[in-house]
Amino acid sequence: MAEMTYREALNQALKEEMRKDQRIIVLGEEVAFYQGAYKVTQGLLAEFGYERVKDTPISEEIIIGAAIGAAMGGLRPIAEMMTVNFSLLAMDQIVNNAAKIHYMFGGQAKVPVVIRAAQGAGKQLGAQHSQHLEAYFMHCPGLRVVLPATPADAKGLLKAAVRDDNPVIFLEDQGLYTTKGDVPSGDYIIPLGKANIIKAGEDITVISYSKMILDCIEAAKELENYNINAEIIDLRCLNPLDKETIFESVKKTGLAIVVNEAWRTGSAAAEISCLIMENCFDYLDAPIERISAMDIPMPYNKELEQAALPHKKNIVDAALKLLQVNKS
Amino acid sequence: MIKIYESFEKSELKNLYRQMYLIRKFEETSAEMYLRGKISGFTHLYTGEEAVAVGVISALFDKDYVVSSYRDHGHALAKGASSKAVMAELFGKDTGMCHGLGGSMHLFDQNLRFMGGYAIVGGGIPIAAGLGLSIKCKDEDVICACFFGDGAVNQGAFHESLNLAKLWNLPVLFICENNLYAMGTDVARASAVTEISKRAEAYNIPGEAANGMDILEVKEVTAKAAKKVRKGEGPYLLEFKTYRYRAHSMADPDRYRTLEEEEVWKERDPIETFARYLIETGIFEPDELKEIKESVDIEIQDAVKFADESPNPNSELLTEFIYVE
Repeated sequence: MAEMTYREALNQALKEEMRKDQRIIVLGEEVAFYQGAYKVTQGLLAEFGYERVKDTPISEEIIIGAAIGAAMGGLRPIAEMMTVNFSLLAMDQIVNNAAKIHYMFGGQAKVPVVIRAAQGAGKQLGAQHSQHLEAYFMHCPGLRVVLPATPADAKGLLKAAVRDDNPVIFLEDQGLYTTKGDVPSGDYIIPLGKANIIKAGEDITVISYSKMILDCIEAAKELENYNINAEIIDLRCLNPLDKETIFESVKKTGLAIVVNEAWRTGSAAAEISCLIMENCFDYLDAPIERISAMDIPMPYNKELEQAALPHKKNIVDAALKLLQVNKS
Repeated sequence: MIKIYESFEKSELKNLYRQMYLIRKFEETSAEMYLRGKISGFTHLYTGEEAVAVGVISALFDKDYVVSSYRDHGHALAKGASSKAVMAELFGKDTGMCHGLGGSMHLFDQNLRFMGGYAIVGGGIPIAAGLGLSIKCKDEDVICACFFGDGAVNQGAFHESLNLAKLWNLPVLFICENNLYAMGTDVARASAVTEISKRAEAYNIPGEAANGMDILEVKEVTAKAAKKVRKGEGPYLLEFKTYRYRAHSMADPDRYRTLEEEEVWKERDPIETFARYLIETGIFEPDELKEIKESVDIEIQDAVKFADESPNPNSELLTEFIYVE
């Protein structure tokens, strides 16, 4: 166990897996000589050489297409999309090829590709660089969708993603790269599709993933002042989705708040809310609260951007409302 | 004017003829089965273009990869797929190449290294570059041939793939089947540069155009290009000028071409001209070709019977292959 940043944990996972499996290659924009736009691939070129760590042109479609083809030829590529916003240029390869090849070819071919991408908002990067697109990927059968919230999870989930035989979309919130935490050393694997109960509680269930987990933890601390004991579930993955853990918790508490930083309409939070309604309706004591960003292109202005995003305060307010507690 | 190709063995010439005729017969039968309601969906037939698939693939080794588009029946058959497995896939049956989950546009056979039909125009070209990357990383003595039409060359995927293939010196043979029409739009209405082979120059790749209606020319040109690619000289772009006799798909009323144009191209029919060549040069007796045709006719009849009598995929297959567990 060692304390390190989320970025360092990802880097460690990459290095450990590449040492173990010669079939792994890394490709993407600025991943080799520049050592990664977010420095996640730092040191990879020096250790593994240009044969396995490859800078590409700014051509997202061929980055993903080449990764898919290389995987079909027996490699295990890890492709980096510098930010998820650019992955939209590769959507044909992701949705029409990666997600469908195993199925439409009758189970003969597999596509063990990890597509890593930074995403997220809150850094005044404007409308085109501040998106959360997990719902796009979650919508498409055939893709795994993974969003670690902590440094330990970043390592354990990335290693699991690299060893998975399916295409995995691995989304790293850019606001998390410098966060620190204890990370187990060596072969630390977190199986995909196992949610993490970050904090057990019996009064209300708060479900989230990725960076909003940090807000959920802060909100839960504040709720303790009101003698409210919230249970926080970090989903870790949207596909496979650990429905059992969600349902078990909601059946216990009878109240649910679903939080994501993405747009509200058609969001992961919308899907999860619907699943709770379909599976736990008789256990619910109040309607589900859904917390998300506003449905707008992200403004540049700092105050307007913050106004568009969900915060700890929204979670606290929602919990107090559901439990009919007056705010002090 | 008959060009004599002395380098070809008689058995090889027989195979080329048989394969082209097999594809022709298969496609004509597919059309019939489509009209009879046995085959559904989009069905893009390869009739008229047989010399390209057979000429190119016969110039490759079995271990070489082939990537195709949605007009993939001919490529799959030329790569060695059985007419039964292809027909059964078109019928949507469990005995088809992909258990009836793929259909006409998504044929695939891992063992034959037939790496799939991709139905988004140009969408298979990056896959071919990726297979080239795997060949290079694993240092295999293999190349990847990638077929696409004239419509695909205006997609970004084509340009991104050629650029990367040259940049990384990948062993990919890019094959454009220029049948003059991207669905209903002729090349001149879609491409600023209509000589597609010239586009290779933009990426410092050798590009060459040839007559796609002449099986021996296709094979010879491909063999030369493949040799260079195999030697590690990087990618190569070949453009074969050809013509599809049928509409874009069985759902296309085909109202954008003139009968006169169709007649001109049918006079260059790859199978008829090759048959004439084989007989006029004295290599084959007319009866020998007749025998080949008869054996193919029986094979295709058997394929239809096999497909028709095969079971539908089990309902468990509905969710079997979404993920690798």
